Parts: sequence; structure tokens; C-alpha cells
Amino acid sequence: MITLRLAYRNLVGAGLRTWLNVGVLSFTYVLIIWHQGLFSGMYRQASREFIKDEIAGGQYWFENYDPYDPLSLEESHGTIPPQLESAIQNKSAAPILIRQGTIYPEGRVQSVLIKGIDPDQTILDIPTGKLSADETALPVLVGRLMAKKNSLHIGDYLTIRWRDANGTFDAADGEIVEIMNTNVPTIDMGQLWVPLKSLQAMSGLENEATIIVVEQDMKQHADLPGWKFKGHDFLLKDITDVVKSKRVGGAILYIILLFLAMLALFDTQVLSIFRRRKEIGTLMALGMVRSKVVALFTLEGALHGILGIAIAAIYGIPVLIFTANKGIPMPSTVEEYGFALTTRLFPFYSAWLVGGTVLIIMLTVTIVSYLPSRKISSAKPTEALKGKLS
Amino acid sequence: MENGTIIEIQNLVKKYPIGGRQFTALNDINLVFKTGEFTGMVGPSGSGKTTLLNIIGSLDAPSEGKATVLGLSIGDLSHRNAARLRSEHFGFIFQTYNLLPVYTVFENVEFPLLLLKMPAAERRKAVLDALEWVGLSDKVESKPAQLSGGECQRVAIARAMVKKPEIVLADEPTANLDAKNSHNILQTMEKLNGELETTFIFATHDEKVIQYLRRKVSLEDGRVARDEHIKRTD
Repeated sequence: MITLRLAYRNLVGAGLRTWLNVGVLSFTYVLIIWHQGLFSGMYRQASREFIKDEIAGGQYWFENYDPYDPLSLEESHGTIPPQLESAIQNKSAAPILIRQGTIYPEGRVQSVLIKGIDPDQTILDIPTGKLSADETALPVLVGRLMAKKNSLHIGDYLTIRWRDANGTFDAADGEIVEIMNTNVPTIDMGQLWVPLKSLQAMSGLENEATIIVVEQDMKQHADLPGWKFKGHDFLLKDITDVVKSKRVGGAILYIILLFLAMLALFDTQVLSIFRRRKEIGTLMALGMVRSKVVALFTLEGALHGILGIAIAAIYGIPVLIFTANKGIPMPSTVEEYGFALTTRLFPFYSAWLVGGTVLIIMLTVTIVSYLPSRKISSAKPTEALKGKLS
Repeated sequence: MENGTIIEIQNLVKKYPIGGRQFTALNDINLVFKTGEFTGMVGPSGSGKTTLLNIIGSLDAPSEGKATVLGLSIGDLSHRNAARLRSEHFGFIFQTYNLLPVYTVFENVEFPLLLLKMPAAERRKAVLDALEWVGLSDKVESKPAQLSGGECQRVAIARAMVKKPEIVLADEPTANLDAKNSHNILQTMEKLNGELETTFIFATHDEKVIQYLRRKVSLEDGRVARDEHIKRTD
């Protein structure tokens, strides 16, 4: 207790030097938490968007289906399994048939994926209801990015060419009935959404699908003959990997910030011990054991971290709460990241993030404070009183 | 130890390594100090006064021989026990005061009592008493930087005396003070020596101090040249 009391007095007594260090440390706390919160927020937001718009409670994939292999896509379809018929009837599952096609926007050739979906589905949060429109041409739904890239507008017609189950080319006119505002690029870029029945008829694949999306509350996820169930862990792996890779970049900033703060503190500690050699000798002469003097100096350093927390809390909590509630505006270029980001990114600060950051910084501060203080443990009181530390 | 003997030094030798060879700072010192003495170790710079004071104060250990303080052999003490001995039985007064700069006068004087874990109320009374002895009751909240040299040294005396130690070691306590302040300080210490029976041992070559001593141990080249008991006429 006496050591703590003395350390606090020394710290406060050191005045501006203390507050400069505390300021740097508090800034480190806030910036690290904010920065890591951005990644957490990015992951949460992207996951939420993907779940809402694309993967719902998971997907059954036809056994050949590999979204990264265009060569096998034509063969990746199968009869909708009877075990899921009732779920589809109840709107607890939505089959999607995926076919390759070509469109010709502004005279260019553009490969697309044509995705057939039940217009009445309610599992995915995309406006498939618009596909029910009784148009003479095939109703087509596209995403915002797809429309922008190909200069498509609602009411525009486009020629769509595809191959049916027998490999025969066919073509038809489609009409853009809706441009959906989604943040999920994997249901947007290079994709046309059409009514499932129409695509099945166009392809000669009646009652067939490539994937079947199930609702979030669906409990049973057993594989079915010819169909494999893919859960969130698998379907969100790409996002997790992207965030992980971005976190590595973020970790560099984390380390740089921590390093700068620790450098400042280490420098202060070394200087403090150098300037206070006579004081160290006096403390020993007055009867303080060396281990307590080491503890005193280490504690003084560690208290910088604690004061840093207090100061960080004063200005950091309002800043973090504000950014978490209001979000951070993202530049328009984020649309091209291939990542489900909205125009505002909402950082997420978990208790683990805050607690973990505080713990790591406090631990580092204590170690950095201890390292120069170790010198005292071998000091001779007579030398220290003369202002020397060997 | 004999009755009343507080410090006994026998055949004490202290050597330091300097430039690859051993320098003998103290050689064959034999001294006995009794409770309540007001003694000075006198001699020119380098005669070994401070070294002897440091050994008596358990800040250093003898190379050979024996220094026994309050029945404890200094050379055999661990760092922890030496610190405890200093904390419980010694008061130190330094030439440069060595006050802790961020503490107030009160806190500086209080510090040795904190190490002794004395209860707060008792501690407060002891500190105020000590500051009264040295005439600094009105400077309780001042910081060392706000005090004159004489006042700083009086705070140092209060800090040395606050726990009423058996022995006070004062190394050149008047070296940084003018004549008036030196006499004030010495009179204060003399008064405390009389009232509390504390043993005072000085290391000095200041004539102002020497005139107050009741025993003068002259050191020359690390040896005791003379050991005189002085009869004071006042």
C-alpha cells in the first residue's frame, strides 16, 4: 500500500512528464480499440448482410456445385430433394437454379450467371417479388453495381443468351424490373435474377436447382442424397479470411502504436531512474529494501497505464459510442472491394476487445517499466547516494 | 558488548577496487561508541570519514574486521536485514539534504514512519512533534523547492529524528549552510541529543561542527590518528 501511495505521489509530482505519457497511452488505448473495433464491425456487418441477402440459415449445394469452377457449373443441378419439398412449400427453403449466360450491354459481350429464384420467397432479403410482374419479356432483377457497370436502368431491355440442358443455345429478351440495393457483391456483380420457373423452363431443367437456401430457424441440416449442407462456418469463411487478412494489416498499426507508446514510457523510465539516482539511494538509506524500490519504480510506470485508462475513458468512451452509433462514412470506392460494406461502417467494440486491449497494454506497460527498474536491484546504496548506478 | 556500548568496531579494514588494484579506505579501525554520544569523525577529504559512517549505517560492509551495531554484525547482514536495521534504528542526515522533491515537508518527515507501518494518527502526531523540534511547524505543506538550505536541513533532521532512532549519522550536515544556519542546526541536534539520548555521529571537517562535539575521532589516511573526549565549558 505504501508503495502504491508513494508511486502515485511521485507520478503526480512529476507533472507534465506524467501527463504527456498518460496522454500518449490514452491515445493508444482509444486508437487501438477504435481500429480493432472497425474490423469487428466490418466482420459483423458483412456477415449480417451476407446472411440476410445470400445465405440465410445455410445452403444445400448440389454435390457437383463449385461456385469457383465455371466449367462444372453447367452440370451442377439436380432434382429438388423430396425431403425439402414441404419446406419449400412452407417458404422455409428456397431453391435457386444457376446457369451461365451472356448479355450484350451497349454492344459488349458480358458473361453472367443467371439465377432462378421463386419470386414469392421470403428467406432472402432481396426484392424477388418484383419478378412476379406480368411482363411480356423475361423479368430480370439486377444489383446496384451490376446496373451501374452495364448502364442498366429499370425498364431497359437486354438480350440474354443461354444454353439449355442439351447444350443448345437459345436467347430471349429480358426487362429490368428492379435494381436492388444490396451490399453483397456476390449476389450483385455479373448476375441476373429471374423467376425460377422461367429459368427451369428455359433450360429444360424442370424441378431442378443448384442450391437450396434454408431459413435461419431451420434446425435440421443433415446432408441429403446428392446434396450437401453448407453452414455459416463454411459459407462465411471467405469473409472471415478477408477480415483476418485485413486484421494482419491492422496489427501493424497496433504494433506501431504500442511500440511508440512504450518507447515514450521506456524513455521516461530510464530518464526518471537516471535523474533520481540520489533519491533511490535516499530511499535505501531510509530503510526501503531494494525490491520495494524496484516495485516503486515499476508501479510508477504501470500507473501511467492506469491513468491512461482513466483519461482514455473520459474522451474515448464518448468517441467510441458516437462512432458505434452513427457509423463512419465510407468512400464510394468500397463498393469495389468485393466485400459487403455499406456506405457507413459501424465499429463494434466487444467487452473482449476492450478488456483484451487494456490487458495487453497494461502488461506491456508494466514490463517496459520493470526493465529499466531492474538496474536498481543491483545498486549499492552508497553509490546511489553519490548519484551513481552501476 | 559492554554496558552502554552501541557500536563496536574491531580491526576494521575497507578496501575498494580502483583502476584494477585495491585502495584501502580504512585500515585497522578500532572504536567503541556509547549511547548518547555526540561524536565527530574529523579529517580531510579522503581520510575515510564517510566510508566509516556508511559502514556503521549498514550502507556498506567491511572488507575485513568487524563492525557491530546494536549487537548486529554489519558484515553478516543480508540486504533486507540491513534495510530493516536502518529503518528501525538509524536516522541519516546528508550534506545535500536528500529530501524527496515531490513530497511536502510533512510527507518527507512522515516517510520513515510509513516504512515502519506506524498507524496514521500516531504518525501524524510524531511528524508534527518532529517539525516542532526543528521549528518548522509553519512549513508543513511546503515543498523542498520552496525552502531555504537551512530549512531543508532542518527538515532532514526532523526526518532523521521522527522515529526517535538510537543513532543519527550526519555526513557533513553543515557543508551547504552559512554560519548562522549551521549553528541553528547544530543547536537543534545538540538539544535532541540531550532530550532523547540519541547517539549522534558526524563526519565533518567543519570547525563550526567540531566546536559542538564532545568526542572527536581524527582520521588520517584511513586510520584513527586521535580519539579525544572534549570537555564543553558552556
